[in-house]
Amino acid sequence: MSITDYERVPTVSTERNEALAEKLKRLWETEPGIAGFLSTVDHKEIGIRYIITAFAFLIAGGLEAAVMRWQLAWPGRHALTPEQYDQLFSTHGMTMIFLYAGPVLSGFSNYLWPLLLGARDMALPRLNALSYWIYLCAGIFLYAAFAFGFGPNDGWFNYVPLAARAYNAGPNIDFYALGMILLGISTTVGSINFVVTFLRMRAPGMSINRVPILIWGTLTASAANIFAIPAVSLAFFLLWMDRNVGTHFFDVPTGGSALLWQHLFWMFGHPWVYAIVLPAMGMVSDGLPVFTRRPLVGYTVVALATVATMVLGFGVWVHHMFATGLPSVSLSFFSAASIIIAVPSAVGVFAWIATIWTGKPVFTTAFMFFASFIVLFVIGGVSGFMTGSVPVDWQLTDTYFVVAHLHYVLIGINVFPVVGATYFWFPKFTGRMMDERLGRWNFWTMFIGFNIGFFPMHISGLLGMPRRVYTYADGMGWDWLNLITTIGSYVFAVGVLLFLINVWKSYRNGVVAGDNPWDAPTLEWATTSPPPPYNFVVIPTVASRHPLWEDRLQQHEGESSHVDAGPVLDHGREAIGTSSLDATPDIILRMPRDSYTPVILAVAATAFFAGLAFHAWWLAMLGALAVGIDIIVWLWPERVLGETREPAING
Amino acid sequence: MADRLPIETALPVGAIDTRATGWWAMIFVIFTEAALFAYLLFSYYYIAVQPHVPNTFPEGGLPDLKLAVPNTIILLLSSGAVAWAQLNIEKNDKRHLVWGLGIAAVLGMIFLAVQYFEWAAKPFALASSSYSSLYFVVTGFHMAHVVVGVIMLWALFVWSAMGYFNRIRYAHIHIGGLYWHFVDAVWIAVFFTFYITPYLGLRT
Amino acid sequence: MRFSKRISFLFCIATILHAASAQASAPLNYLTGSGDKADSVVPLTWGVTIISIAVILIISLLVAGAIWRRPGITAQPAGSKIAVDEETNGLSWIWIGVGISSLVLLFTVVWTMAVLAKVTSPSAKPALTIEVTGHQWWWQVRYLSDDPSQIFTTANEIHIPVGKPVLFKLVGADVIHSFWIPQLGGKTDTIPGQTNETWLEAHTPGIYRGQCTEYCGLQHAKMGLLLIAQTPQNFAAWRAHQLQSPARPLDGGQWAGLANFTNHCGSCHTVRGTDAGGSLGPDLSHLMQRHTLAAGVMANSPADLDRWIADPQGIKPGNLMQRPELSDRERASIVSYLKTLN
Repeated sequence: MSITDYERVPTVSTERNEALAEKLKRLWETEPGIAGFLSTVDHKEIGIRYIITAFAFLIAGGLEAAVMRWQLAWPGRHALTPEQYDQLFSTHGMTMIFLYAGPVLSGFSNYLWPLLLGARDMALPRLNALSYWIYLCAGIFLYAAFAFGFGPNDGWFNYVPLAARAYNAGPNIDFYALGMILLGISTTVGSINFVVTFLRMRAPGMSINRVPILIWGTLTASAANIFAIPAVSLAFFLLWMDRNVGTHFFDVPTGGSALLWQHLFWMFGHPWVYAIVLPAMGMVSDGLPVFTRRPLVGYTVVALATVATMVLGFGVWVHHMFATGLPSVSLSFFSAASIIIAVPSAVGVFAWIATIWTGKPVFTTAFMFFASFIVLFVIGGVSGFMTGSVPVDWQLTDTYFVVAHLHYVLIGINVFPVVGATYFWFPKFTGRMMDERLGRWNFWTMFIGFNIGFFPMHISGLLGMPRRVYTYADGMGWDWLNLITTIGSYVFAVGVLLFLINVWKSYRNGVVAGDNPWDAPTLEWATTSPPPPYNFVVIPTVASRHPLWEDRLQQHEGESSHVDAGPVLDHGREAIGTSSLDATPDIILRMPRDSYTPVILAVAATAFFAGLAFHAWWLAMLGALAVGIDIIVWLWPERVLGETREPAING
Repeated sequence: MADRLPIETALPVGAIDTRATGWWAMIFVIFTEAALFAYLLFSYYYIAVQPHVPNTFPEGGLPDLKLAVPNTIILLLSSGAVAWAQLNIEKNDKRHLVWGLGIAAVLGMIFLAVQYFEWAAKPFALASSSYSSLYFVVTGFHMAHVVVGVIMLWALFVWSAMGYFNRIRYAHIHIGGLYWHFVDAVWIAVFFTFYITPYLGLRT
Repeated sequence: MRFSKRISFLFCIATILHAASAQASAPLNYLTGSGDKADSVVPLTWGVTIISIAVILIISLLVAGAIWRRPGITAQPAGSKIAVDEETNGLSWIWIGVGISSLVLLFTVVWTMAVLAKVTSPSAKPALTIEVTGHQWWWQVRYLSDDPSQIFTTANEIHIPVGKPVLFKLVGADVIHSFWIPQLGGKTDTIPGQTNETWLEAHTPGIYRGQCTEYCGLQHAKMGLLLIAQTPQNFAAWRAHQLQSPARPLDGGQWAGLANFTNHCGSCHTVRGTDAGGSLGPDLSHLMQRHTLAAGVMANSPADLDRWIADPQGIKPGNLMQRPELSDRERASIVSYLKTLN
């Protein structure tokens, strides 16, 4: 067998072939035990870990919120000291926004992307493992600080000069800054991986007008991250320098600028808001049609609207800074942009409604989460639209109205789709169905609890309750509203608990699902549940957006998709590379074996940041050295990856 | 199964030219790095135009070009050496590939040495003012990239000397070259910002 | 069922909001207001709120209609194949929906720009310029004038004459705060290194509450302020009184109080005409004229004053006023002195 030719014509298989499946399993399988755990590069394994880790942080952030709501249930309570409250609300924000909302979507995308695209793995499997390990390390780093009482305490957007050494002498902000830079590395390498996977790993024939909307969502988010993350990493690095080596970036008396922080932070922050909702909107766009028995209405405009949202999203960061005394020309521009950005969102809303309206709904729990999401999306959207109007925003900003808005965005547009997506894809992940009966309870508890808990926040905001207050006086008209909010949020927490119980119960003894329990149209349902390590025995060939519905959709005349017949790549771990627009095969890619380099690199990088945090320069040096060596080992040209010269003839 | 399956011709195997996955990854690494430098330079210009910033911006008056201009030329030559190395391997000239990489790495190290003297000659320190912080951190960021690039060039040098690459298998050279050209291009932007704009009247 | 309930609930909101705010039971609400600024901004606030509620209602109805328009399938047997519809029609939903939305959005942009243009600067020349400095966690208030003898400083309470726009120069002393009198106008940050400007005008005399709204540290929650709008005559009288140094103590106890005050408090607080000339804390020259203590935390009564001096860290933990080392007698003398600062 020759594995070392420069080129070859891939063998084609046209029937189910057990021997081939067995061979591919041997090639792709991860070693069992701790060795395999640390070295695996399987996107499905990494995706599941991402999801579980993100949910662990969701629970942590939820408990923090529960304690805060206890404090705020009545006026004038002192269950928490101001310092405790400040660390809780800051850590809650950091956790939900950075450690839950982004990573959970990375988890789903990691698991689903290669399956949706008909690929054997992500383009850069080791980089994929690295992005998870760094995420885990950064999460532990930030939470270890919190456990010792050094959690962030100036809010998640951490304005200077309050976050400068002069006003915050403890190590809290140093840990936050370094942890965020570390996390930024994870997000960046993950994003690069998604973009390259999109451009190179789609199944033959899957031209860019045939990819599922989830792909568009994650792609757009990832492309944005590539440009946006450096702003926040830089801001935190400059702050760390100001705090630790005496530079003057944000120090006003010596010529620095306090507003520079806000610009850098929100140049990142606003695109990030879209990055943590667009993939979730993509999940709904792909899931809803399955349960309405028809293709999504307006695929092309929805895909374009996804991209347009992000492009506009880079031009609205100043709407977080309307009260900072900017010139009115600048206010007018950013105000108009912030209102107009609602147009592409409207495209999505009407596409989803039309999909339900013209379809035949199947009332599953997943459908209920997806359908209710539309209403929550609109509530979160219109409150955002209100804050886009500058004179109104001068009143709304920094009140509970904004708290309500951002929770409708993050819970309504992230948590609801994610829970719905779990009901939808759980059979694929585990091979078992989730319990529908418990699912109904789960949905109604979450939906009712959420609205009781968070809708009144709009009203407390309109009645002037400022955000980030550890307590409030009575007689302000907020007493009842806060009590209702606390009760509602606890009901919501029960709903989340029911979800977790359902996951556990169904994982243990749910009904066996089969390959395609929902009769869904996309490629992930063409393989077994759960999928084998190599995803597909043969590389699928795609001729439409709905490969598994082609027999029933008349418009697909001419060529049809193939999922059981196609190229066999079995000379080692191999995948097919295709051209970026029309997905014409142009290379056979050698995929890396399992490797320890990612986990070692993550630990070394964490050691570097820990060294900086504790001013243990030897540890930082050691960490940097280990990072350097690890990268050289990682990139060492390998013949098996087709990176070095090969003998002309091989046995 | 009457339909055509799309692959009937031979496909290259492994990492080949711009179809190598690593080449695409490097493109996006460069995008994110370019964004980082864009934000760094934004910080400089933003602070430079603040009305409350003292008139000693740039600190120490107009920057001295004595070392900076020749150093810029050295870095550009280094980029040229890498380009030459890339041309050589495409012609299967492995000896000149090694030479090209070695020359580029040495020129990169000379650039670092000159930068060291440039830093030492500055009449201000990192913590003197907002200008000094910006100057050292932005040029420091660039120097860190040069250090990474020089290490990378030496790695490529060693791998080339070990005979890893040939006319077809040279993706590493291509990818590394891309990074090195980027590091040099960024220097032009940094050089323009810190050494040229004060002469053009920004805040003087 | 669920949605009709939801809709009636939403319909109620506007009424509830209006009732709640009109009764002045929510002193920081901005759904009502007074003054030139509020006259343009309050209608816009209501306008976008009503548009938003209408959009929520319409979309909820459409979603509910889409779901229950025809009997759906309640359960799908795993693995079964259900018919799939063609990808036809439906697109008109997007064009019509987005078209209408765009018109509403455009209308809002135009309205926003009109209001913005109107509130950017006052219609008349400001009658008065007041410099407000945000400190952790109190407000310093300086009445500016071209005539140095007309300048004076007070804290946490701002008096203005009604019917005249007043210019505020906002300065950040330490961290960023945000100056906000919701009944009269929106927020403007006080930022170190820059002077922001805003203006306010009140139509009717009254006490308007304010609050810091940019998170500024431990006691951000307790950084209130009051704006007292007065008739021009009353304002002139108040101002004339403020310009005078407070009366000197009358009896020996009060003199002892002044001595103790100067000793223990004078390095942070100023009382004009005495040796107490500190500037870290609020100017106390006419303390008894104020309604509240410690930036709106408590009423200004002798008992509360005593409580505050005895335990500032218990009432407002983390604030910069340390618990002074005072005997009960010294504290009582200080209170009796402060009571004279009319």
